[in-house]
Amino acid sequence: MALHIGFPTALIYYSHFPFWLAFFNRLGIEIVTSPLTTKAILDDGAREAVADACIPIKLYHGHVLTLKDKVEAIFIPRMVRTNKRATFCPKFLGLPDMVRATLAHLPPIIDLQVDAGRGLWGFWPTCRGLAELLGFSLRLAWSAYREGRHHQDAYQKLLLAGYLPLQAMAKLRGETVEAPAREPGALNLAVLGYPYQVYDQYISLDLIGKLKKMGVNVWTMEMVHPARLYRLSSRLPKRLFWHFSNLVLGATYHYLQQGNMDGIIHVTAFGCGPDAMVDKIMELDIRKLSQGQLPFMSVSIDEQTGDAGITTRLEAFVDMLHQRRGNR
Amino acid sequence: MKKVSFAHMGYSYLGFKQLVEDMGFEAVVPASPSPATLDRGVTYAPEYACIPFKMVLGTYLEVLERGAEMIITSGGVGPCRAGLYGMMHERILRNLGFNLEIFIFDPPLTGLWPFFIKLRRVLKAAGLSWLAFVDVVRRAWAKLKLLDELEQLATSIRPYELKRGETTRTFRSCLKIIDQARSQKEIAAAREECRQLLQNIPRDAGRRPLKVGIVGEIYVLLEPFMNLEIEKTLGEMGVVTHRSIYLTQYTATDVLAHGAQDVRQLAHPYLNQFVGGHGQNSVGETILYARNGFDGVIQLAPFTCIPEIVAKSILPRVSRDLGIPILSLTIDEQTGRAGVETRLEAFVDLLRQRREQMEARSNAALLPGY
Repeated sequence: MALHIGFPTALIYYSHFPFWLAFFNRLGIEIVTSPLTTKAILDDGAREAVADACIPIKLYHGHVLTLKDKVEAIFIPRMVRTNKRATFCPKFLGLPDMVRATLAHLPPIIDLQVDAGRGLWGFWPTCRGLAELLGFSLRLAWSAYREGRHHQDAYQKLLLAGYLPLQAMAKLRGETVEAPAREPGALNLAVLGYPYQVYDQYISLDLIGKLKKMGVNVWTMEMVHPARLYRLSSRLPKRLFWHFSNLVLGATYHYLQQGNMDGIIHVTAFGCGPDAMVDKIMELDIRKLSQGQLPFMSVSIDEQTGDAGITTRLEAFVDMLHQRRGNR
Repeated sequence: MKKVSFAHMGYSYLGFKQLVEDMGFEAVVPASPSPATLDRGVTYAPEYACIPFKMVLGTYLEVLERGAEMIITSGGVGPCRAGLYGMMHERILRNLGFNLEIFIFDPPLTGLWPFFIKLRRVLKAAGLSWLAFVDVVRRAWAKLKLLDELEQLATSIRPYELKRGETTRTFRSCLKIIDQARSQKEIAAAREECRQLLQNIPRDAGRRPLKVGIVGEIYVLLEPFMNLEIEKTLGEMGVVTHRSIYLTQYTATDVLAHGAQDVRQLAHPYLNQFVGGHGQNSVGETILYARNGFDGVIQLAPFTCIPEIVAKSILPRVSRDLGIPILSLTIDEQTGRAGVETRLEAFVDLLRQRREQMEARSNAALLPGY
């Protein structure tokens, strides 16, 4: 019987899942994911996790809980660095320890480090460690790693082509997904924020879906090449410490340069440490670089945020953008 | 003469005042933080920035209004946000229309060359030679060390004082004496004088105070206004406190070297990764306090402080495993004195009862023959 390893549908799921799925599958390991976020998952997580944690971290605890009785082990890689320029937020660094200290009766947690700060090899050292841990040959691990890379590259391509992460993953699984359509002449809105926050339909209150229903063309940071995002984020006198934060800021500068945006929305979690900096820099720089011409809205979300409140704010923002266009 | 200022952190302002003045600048010494300082910081800071950020921003606004032209501050390596605060403060202040010069010194370990270049620019502005500068730094360092030493001494004497509040009063007069001392010789004399003053406080040596360790984020630990004078409050409740961080020790181990390795090593079974700030230290120091027979540990964390949130979610496990009670206090601009004091009283009560129970049990074990 194949080994079952749990992979929570949260945090790095939206950025790296295709790699790990292909890698483990090639080794003959079955990956079990938690269902998409529901109220129950969020409530469970919020009850167990430390109260000061941000909503994505609480949610992660909830996803681990749904998996714990279904699998022989849970994969919680310790995300330290994926390149030499930035680390992950301290909560990612401490994630396996937080989960282990907080939740009782868990199956073993595989918490190998992902630290690609020194070499060019990305996930390979982690994959080699996994193969040693699970008893596979290096040769098999290498081909699994290659396969993971292959899938991740295909995923990246779909994202750059404008597919949203869940659609892109569905397409990779072979489902027929319509190519993303853009309405010429419609409003163009950049929706920026951490992928685990923007694309989790439950905690983001389906912000992207709502905007699409309003006939808005949505642009996100995954639609720009990460190398470009990193290059742009180095405009700051001191680059931010955190991986995703640099991507968000890079995307801000990218869409500012693009010049065809009608507005920028920043999606952030209540109490998010890095975003306290990111949001302020976005506010100041968008005003400065667009000479006050580009509207910016910041939407902060926690487990108390109501659907109606978000809808009203989005409608008001979009209305305002329509009016500005009419006035020009 | 250029007017230079810096952030207020505990009693270190006396050392920095001397440093800046000896370099030939005019020091704009920041006043002790007050609710008004905090209000100002809160107005212009991002909402989710931690309270040290807001407080330091408020302090800068105050010194800039008093005419400061240059601010000297520290940077950092991350992943704790504090390393970016200099840059953020500068942006916010410039956006408010202030024209200031800000020197952000990242730890020399992250880059000796940028550190050297910045320092050379400051020295040029001061018109000071490198040799003279070494002497200036030596004296400031001696003063900072003395401040830390006396603060520790006062903390260890306070729970025994016969007249409540006398230690704190004596310590305040010591600060004045220290402020007067400038040369190495004067500082040494001030040390003797202040030690005498503190040692002469009438005490009841028969008391058996509880021992509580204090861990957490450096700014809320060092700035008494921030932590609502937790050491004084606990001391006057009859508790000996031991704080895990003092500025000179921190500078020696974490800024100029690669961190208190052994404390972080201790944390490994629970937190096997440096998470920035003092997150890993908080876990390691708690374990150390438990091993050294302390009665309890208090963790002080600013609201939204990321490394301390990681530690906070792990500490309950440490508490269970090692049998040491831990109280986590989260501090933000809403934190009120009465609330904190109530929680401290409840915690101290709990520790007392726990000690009595444990002693009753061990006495029973000692007297089997009766």
